[in-house]
Amino acid sequence: MERELVKGNEAQAMGAIDAGCLLYFGYPITPQNEIPEYLSKHLPRLGGEFIQAESEIASINMLLGASAAGIRAMTSSSSPGISLMQEGISYMAGSELPAVIVNMSRSGPGLGGIAPSQGDYFQATRGGGHGDYRMIVLAPSSVQEMYDLTLRAFDLADTYRNPVLILGDSLIGQMKEPMVRRSPKKKKAIPKPWALTGAEGRKPNILKSLYLKDGELTQHNWKLHEKYQRIREKEVLFEARGVDEANMVVVAFGSIARIVKTAMGMAADEGLKVGLFRPITLFPFPQEALHSISRSIKVFLTVELNTGQMVEDVELSAKRDAQVHFYGRPPGSIPTPEEILEEIKQYYPR
Amino acid sequence: MHGPSVPNVLYKYLKQRGQIQNWQKPNGVNRKKMKGKRKQPESLILTRQAFKRPESLTDVPFHFCPGCHHGIAHRLVAEAIDFFGIQGKTIGVASVGCSVFLYDYFNIDVVEAPHGRASAVAAGVKRARKDRMVFTYQGDGDLASIGIAEVVHTANRGENITIIFANNGVYGMTGGQMAPTTLLGQKTTTSPYGRDFAQDGYPIRMAEMLATLEGSAFVARVAVNNPANLMKAKKAVRRAFQMQIEEMGFSFVEFILACPTNWSLSAVEANQRVEDQMIPYFPLGILKERKMADYL
Repeated sequence: MERELVKGNEAQAMGAIDAGCLLYFGYPITPQNEIPEYLSKHLPRLGGEFIQAESEIASINMLLGASAAGIRAMTSSSSPGISLMQEGISYMAGSELPAVIVNMSRSGPGLGGIAPSQGDYFQATRGGGHGDYRMIVLAPSSVQEMYDLTLRAFDLADTYRNPVLILGDSLIGQMKEPMVRRSPKKKKAIPKPWALTGAEGRKPNILKSLYLKDGELTQHNWKLHEKYQRIREKEVLFEARGVDEANMVVVAFGSIARIVKTAMGMAADEGLKVGLFRPITLFPFPQEALHSISRSIKVFLTVELNTGQMVEDVELSAKRDAQVHFYGRPPGSIPTPEEILEEIKQYYPR
Repeated sequence: MHGPSVPNVLYKYLKQRGQIQNWQKPNGVNRKKMKGKRKQPESLILTRQAFKRPESLTDVPFHFCPGCHHGIAHRLVAEAIDFFGIQGKTIGVASVGCSVFLYDYFNIDVVEAPHGRASAVAAGVKRARKDRMVFTYQGDGDLASIGIAEVVHTANRGENITIIFANNGVYGMTGGQMAPTTLLGQKTTTSPYGRDFAQDGYPIRMAEMLATLEGSAFVARVAVNNPANLMKAKKAVRRAFQMQIEEMGFSFVEFILACPTNWSLSAVEANQRVEDQMIPYFPLGILKERKMADYL
């Protein structure tokens, strides 16, 4: 298979096409514009459609409609736009509708800036909108992963009838790297007997999130909870690099994990045994894996492009048996590998 | 002309029930046989049901208040679906408000939309399934207030869907608060001194606004307060659906409906208020009707 030099955002769009996505709805916002631009060019040729919506609110609701009709569809945006979509995402989670949503996040709060940031971790992993629901959250750390995780996102969405969020930032989205576009295997389409196709020859299908009858909503929420538990059991993804021989483990996801890797190399040159633990699924968070590592390794350093969000999940997983330290960088600048190396040295067990 | 004529539909309707022979007989055969017989024959002509629930409605009583017009509007929509024989090919989009229980009453596939977003949801459904009839049923708070951006752009893109807009000038479900269509001077639970233009602005005429957009193919405003208006309303809904079948673009039917409960009037008084106060401000009629020639 041929290697191509591709931008992260384009890799995401290519993944969507290869996953059989036929409809895209979106509203312009930096730094994700390459996704709608690519799809507006390529979807019509493939028998699909690109629709530029009047707002992110409209985008997510068009996606809700297309998804209800049983078609693979997606939207993409960046932080403020994703905030506007939260109502629709909550409805989709409540109505159990599959969807792929990409957040190439900006830095906030408010209009913030367009520099890389991981300030949307809480919004992504805690549901984001109203009600007790979760999205599956995938955090690519390379252009290849932008592509691979997009293919996976569509399958996960259909399998679990749940929205899936791909969370990246401009560092991943705007960067060019070699990538292999896998020829999509002809997989059996996941059946959607619940989809709205017109009730010909069957009982009408109803997709809704309103449950007013006594006990109905309780039951519905338990059903959703069981689904999230199944996802927690089956769908955890992470990368553990050099953890077995390490004296200390750095936990980082997405864009910042790349800088951590460079810092790890520098640490190795100085004879320090440092491992990297990189969650690829932020929900479900790899809690068990991290917990079992914490039985043998006693020092953890969480590095994030925010003032401390994922570190709470790391603490929940590892704090009983190990020390969990944090190094955060709020948006506006990116730490250099040297700066991270300094932090590693500060906490490295002697 | 487009679409089947009325007798054809009845014919089809009866044929589906295996009543077709009974239907044909009255015009000849049976009458001849009746001649000379004193006793009225037990012909099914006389026992034929003249009034029946449309096929597209489920056998569930409406939850609407006494004197409310929603039930009539629901029925007209169901009749139009039956008229074209597309019950199995129709997808409804329910909105938030008194109209939210659409899926309990219509015997068709339905998706529930967030408040105000029904037209965007319908656009998504239609883009995914172009060979299906897609309609929304939205109230005035839903469509003219929180969902106004969605409806304007749905119309402007000429989305090939139909919107049934139920305008009764109040937020019904939440207890009669002021809506964007509340008339000047009208007292509601959030305009206790009457709607004042200096504070609340003016009632919005949605049909007129949407008719100005190139994307809209059919825009009408109807009422169901008397039989004459009801017949016009029935025709308008049918025409709107026909527009969609012919892929002419966005179609919109605004219903002026009575809400006796939140107007604090009796059913009869509320019906009269539609005529005396609502219709003068929201004039009835077809505001826009695209001909095939304009479209091409």
